[in-house]
Amino acid sequence: MLSSELLHIGLNHYLGLSAVIFVIGMLTVLLRRNLIVMLMGVELMLNAVNITFVAFSSFNQNMNGQVMVFFVMAIAAAEAAVGLALAVTIFKHYKEIDISAFEQLKS
Amino acid sequence: MNLLSVITFLPILFALVVWFLPNEKHVRPVSLGLSIVHFFVSIVLLVKFDISSAGLQFVEQTPWVQSAGISYFLGVDGISIWLVILTTFLTPITILGGWTSIQKKTRGFHVSIFVLATTMIGTFLAMDAILFYVFFEASLIPMYFIIGIWGGKNKIYAATKFFIYTMLGSVFMLLSIITLMVLAEGQLGQMSSSLLDFYKLDLNFLPGQFLSTQTLLFFGFALAFAIKVPLFPFHTWLPDAHVQAPTPGSVILAGVMLKMGTYGLLRFCLPLFPEATAEWGWIFLALGVVGIIYGALVAMVQPDMKKLVAYSSVSHMGYVVMGLFTLNAHGLTGSIFQMLSHGISTGALFLLVGMIYERTHSREIKEYGGLAVVAPIFSIFFIIVTLSSIAVPMTNGFVGEYLILMGTFMVNKAYAILAVTGVVLGACYMLWMVKKVFFGPPGKLIKDFQGKNLDLNKTEVMTLLPVVVLIFWMGLFPGHFIKYTKASVDHMINAKQGYYLKIEGRQKKVATIKYKSTRVTR
Amino acid sequence: MNDSFLFAVLLLAPIFGFLFNGLRFKNKNYKLAGAVASVAIGVSFICSVVLVIKLVAMPEASRAIHVHFYNWIEVAGFNANAAFVVDQISAIMILVITGVGLLIHIFSIGYMSHDDRPSKYFAYLNLFIFNMLLLVLGDNLLIMFVGWEGVGLCSYLLIGFWFTDQEKAAAGMKAFIVNRIGDAGFLLGIFFLYVQFSTIEFSSLNTLATDLAASGPLGWSHPLVLACICLFVGACGKSAQIPLYVWLPDAMAGPTPVSALIHAATMVTAGVYMIVRLSFVYMAAPQVMTIIAVVGGLTAFFAATIGMTQWDIKKILAYSTVSQLGYMFLGVGVGAFMPAMFHLMTHAFFKALMFLGSGSVIHAMGEEQDIRKMGALKKAMPITSATFTLGWLAIIGVPGFSGFFSKDEILWFTYASTQGSKWLWVVGVLGAGMTAFYMTRLMCLVFWGKSRVPEGTHPHESPASMTFPLIVLGVLSVVGGWIGIPHVISAILPGHPPNILGHWLEPALATANLITTSAVVEWSLMGISVSVVAISGYFAYTAYIVKTDIPEKCVKAFPRLHGLVLNKYLIDELYFGRIINPLIDISKGLWVYVDVNFVDKLTYIASDFVKSIGRLFGSLQNGNLQQYAMYIAIGVVVMLSFILMG
Repeated sequence: MLSSELLHIGLNHYLGLSAVIFVIGMLTVLLRRNLIVMLMGVELMLNAVNITFVAFSSFNQNMNGQVMVFFVMAIAAAEAAVGLALAVTIFKHYKEIDISAFEQLKS
Repeated sequence: MNLLSVITFLPILFALVVWFLPNEKHVRPVSLGLSIVHFFVSIVLLVKFDISSAGLQFVEQTPWVQSAGISYFLGVDGISIWLVILTTFLTPITILGGWTSIQKKTRGFHVSIFVLATTMIGTFLAMDAILFYVFFEASLIPMYFIIGIWGGKNKIYAATKFFIYTMLGSVFMLLSIITLMVLAEGQLGQMSSSLLDFYKLDLNFLPGQFLSTQTLLFFGFALAFAIKVPLFPFHTWLPDAHVQAPTPGSVILAGVMLKMGTYGLLRFCLPLFPEATAEWGWIFLALGVVGIIYGALVAMVQPDMKKLVAYSSVSHMGYVVMGLFTLNAHGLTGSIFQMLSHGISTGALFLLVGMIYERTHSREIKEYGGLAVVAPIFSIFFIIVTLSSIAVPMTNGFVGEYLILMGTFMVNKAYAILAVTGVVLGACYMLWMVKKVFFGPPGKLIKDFQGKNLDLNKTEVMTLLPVVVLIFWMGLFPGHFIKYTKASVDHMINAKQGYYLKIEGRQKKVATIKYKSTRVTR
Repeated sequence: MNDSFLFAVLLLAPIFGFLFNGLRFKNKNYKLAGAVASVAIGVSFICSVVLVIKLVAMPEASRAIHVHFYNWIEVAGFNANAAFVVDQISAIMILVITGVGLLIHIFSIGYMSHDDRPSKYFAYLNLFIFNMLLLVLGDNLLIMFVGWEGVGLCSYLLIGFWFTDQEKAAAGMKAFIVNRIGDAGFLLGIFFLYVQFSTIEFSSLNTLATDLAASGPLGWSHPLVLACICLFVGACGKSAQIPLYVWLPDAMAGPTPVSALIHAATMVTAGVYMIVRLSFVYMAAPQVMTIIAVVGGLTAFFAATIGMTQWDIKKILAYSTVSQLGYMFLGVGVGAFMPAMFHLMTHAFFKALMFLGSGSVIHAMGEEQDIRKMGALKKAMPITSATFTLGWLAIIGVPGFSGFFSKDEILWFTYASTQGSKWLWVVGVLGAGMTAFYMTRLMCLVFWGKSRVPEGTHPHESPASMTFPLIVLGVLSVVGGWIGIPHVISAILPGHPPNILGHWLEPALATANLITTSAVVEWSLMGISVSVVAISGYFAYTAYIVKTDIPEKCVKAFPRLHGLVLNKYLIDELYFGRIINPLIDISKGLWVYVDVNFVDKLTYIASDFVKSIGRLFGSLQNGNLQQYAMYIAIGVVVMLSFILMG
């Protein structure tokens, strides 16, 4: 019984996976200095959330979650497009992609 | 459309007209014409005004934020009518005053002047506390730009100081207004920011204690207005602002904006908080006296003409505050009259200083001397305005000062005796300046301009002529002006404890909510 | 003719002249300017005469013509009407003002013929007459105050008429400011009276004060007494009494006809006029009257001592004016209101005459005012000299001349009134003796003796426009006193001429109680004062004509006293050193230390406090994007833990 519960992949597994991926993404954003890598981290965080949505959608037999996923994917695509474009422009302008070089907005 | 709304918002329309004028060269004459039109429109108000009534006239009321009881509520009575006229009268004068001195961004300048006119008139006409607050604060914006863009060397510093200082006071006023609105909800069953409802409130007052509702609210309002007036010791923004402001800015600032402070004291503090006023009014009487003497003494040693006039404003506004807190008809009438005459004569002084500054680019008194020889017409105007400023009888300055001093004397002889020294000191600093600038052998500056024409041109004479006419008119026939304020002043004195304002005549739309208008008896 | 019309013309004619000349102030046609101005005053004079004739025709008890133009200031029971009255007192004043004023206007046409700005001069002069008429005609205190300040203003403008000279401009300013100190007192006086009586009309004030006084003597702190003191401060300022007399000698910086009109004949007497107007009020405050009498006596004495040492012809006349005004105050102080008015009138004649005469001399000498550089002008200027002699006889009080009657009447009241005292009488007689001394000295040094006129100056007699007024005033200086001959003297004169002035003024004035004495006492007092005058005059003649080394010896005998008097008792220096300069220092201190470094500094401290808090939080915002993300993450974690735990 215990082993079958362990083998059965339930909601908690999905949530766990999602959490792990989310934390990886977040740490990427927080710790890595490379702008491109940070954008990838953001992407990871979004997809972690997507997993949660789909998992709950299946668990609750409710399609709303999956609808949200499409929204998130669309936003993610837009974000990637704009973000990468910005990154490229910044690189072209400053010849630099390290985020710590850009701190002009400090007080 | 209601007359008051027209008077209030006409300048905004004018501002748009000026903004979209195709040719920038036409901006000045068009603005002048429009402002004169505005003045005549406001004269209609004077003609239609019923002088026998103490109530609000030409009332217009429409709900604005219904849930909080905030309404767009305009009305005029004897207290505010002259201040509106003063504003519309000074607007063309300021435009003429900037005729040659404002060289860059003329379009923006005139737009600012018109927007400023709207906010100032709105302040005087608003009968809803929130609306009043909005206009009161909004007036800072155009003034900030006028000082900050067209000002002198240190303009940004002065503009910022002016803005923040005044803003600071207003915060306490906003707090007090909100408190009153909440109290209104408790006592009248409906939140409201109408002044007429505020008058009905019963505010808790504990004699001798600072921490009672009425006293705290009183000081909340009074602080905001004292800064605006400016009353000693909150006056230090004024000399900076005046010295840095362009001539038209100084004229409007001294002429009208300072009166927003004294008007506020008269409209809010005195009738809303009668007990607190009676208990703590002596502070303001004393500060008024201190301001009179202190302003005069400091003015006496100023090396800069504009700064001298600025400090003289502190002294003159001290009279006004003193008159208000005498709480008798003489003092109040004198104060209202003095507001007008100070607006006119100090405005004219700033104009005159600006005119000569434009020619010589110096305001240092000691660099002048013997100006009367090279600029006789200028000297005549300057001396007439000086006489009005030092309150020589038959000019406007005398009537107000006399009534204020008499009102003060009837309340407290010691204050009156101290304040009378201001009459002497006023003559000292003004005549000292006149002597140094106009008389004596030609000074350094005048020698530099030997042979050149320093006298006024026709435009400038036309600018000053209406002012001089008004100086003598108000001095010789003060009755023509006092009769408009009489009913309101008498009402304020007689209904000291339970002040109320009736709404006169036809009303477009009565406030949608009927209040339980039972006044809570104490 | 309608009364209001007469009043309107009387008042507005000078205003018309003022506007006419004022609006064409650059015009240099002195004849036109002078003619218009003189005609304007002439019209006023005619109106005054008509009004006085009307007044004479009225029954004695109710001689007063009131007119009411409009309500000037009207607030809550306080009424200051633009209303005017001619009664026995103001009738004399308007005749003097417009009459002497007219003569001085005519004189000015000649005197100002070389000036750059005659139009301006005549405009100011007309404005002065207007204000002076307001002052004397107003039927309440506030209208009087309007004129009171107005004449001060004109005095300021005219003293500083030649304003390119810094000293003259300063003299004008000094006059205005010292007057302002008095005016402040005047205002307080009005307030006290209004608070006490709720009216500021003269007639009501006088009746109410009489009623009040009937109920018993008033203490020092009574509003009426304080009002009297305050109003007297005003009078001190305007009429140049101790301690506010300092402006009048400096005021001689103005054109000489101005000194004659404003600083001798009319404006400076306003203080006396005001007290006479309020005679019933002052009678209710006898303690204040004592102060007035003492101040007047001291002023008469000390100004005369200064007058003895001066060398500037106009300064001598100025101190003489101060001294004579002191007599008038001595008069009103002892309740001699009628003699004070009498002296005011005769003084207007002979002092205007002497000032105009000095103007004629100065004009002839090419603007020279030092009497050491004159002498023996009798031959060169016969008319001036002759008329000046008449003025001299009048002022020192030679029997038969106008000054004798008026001054002697004041001295008699000083001795005999219950308000007076014998000591004041002694002071008055000593003052009269000194007056005789310095006036004789002036005559000796200017008109008689040897000529000390510098080479190149050729004094000549002035034109007719200047000598004509001199002649008229000379005649008036002689006969002006004959309308007020006291009873004792008229009793022995053929036909017993009545005391016209006394009868005329009696119904309008309060009267002091006199100690009953015999005619012998009166005669002997008169004899004493006349002989003091004679001795002192003779001594001056000896000292300056016969034995000219006497003054030198006197100076050497009392060098310190002479130095003190010559420097006017160092009063100006005292005022500057003890009052004005400290005040300026205080003001500078207020500005630098209080205004800039304290009050304004506080606002900076407040703003710095806010700024430092801002800086504290600002350090969180360091520009590091990842740190911001960290804040978000931490925030989310904190919020989540709150939600999950709570």
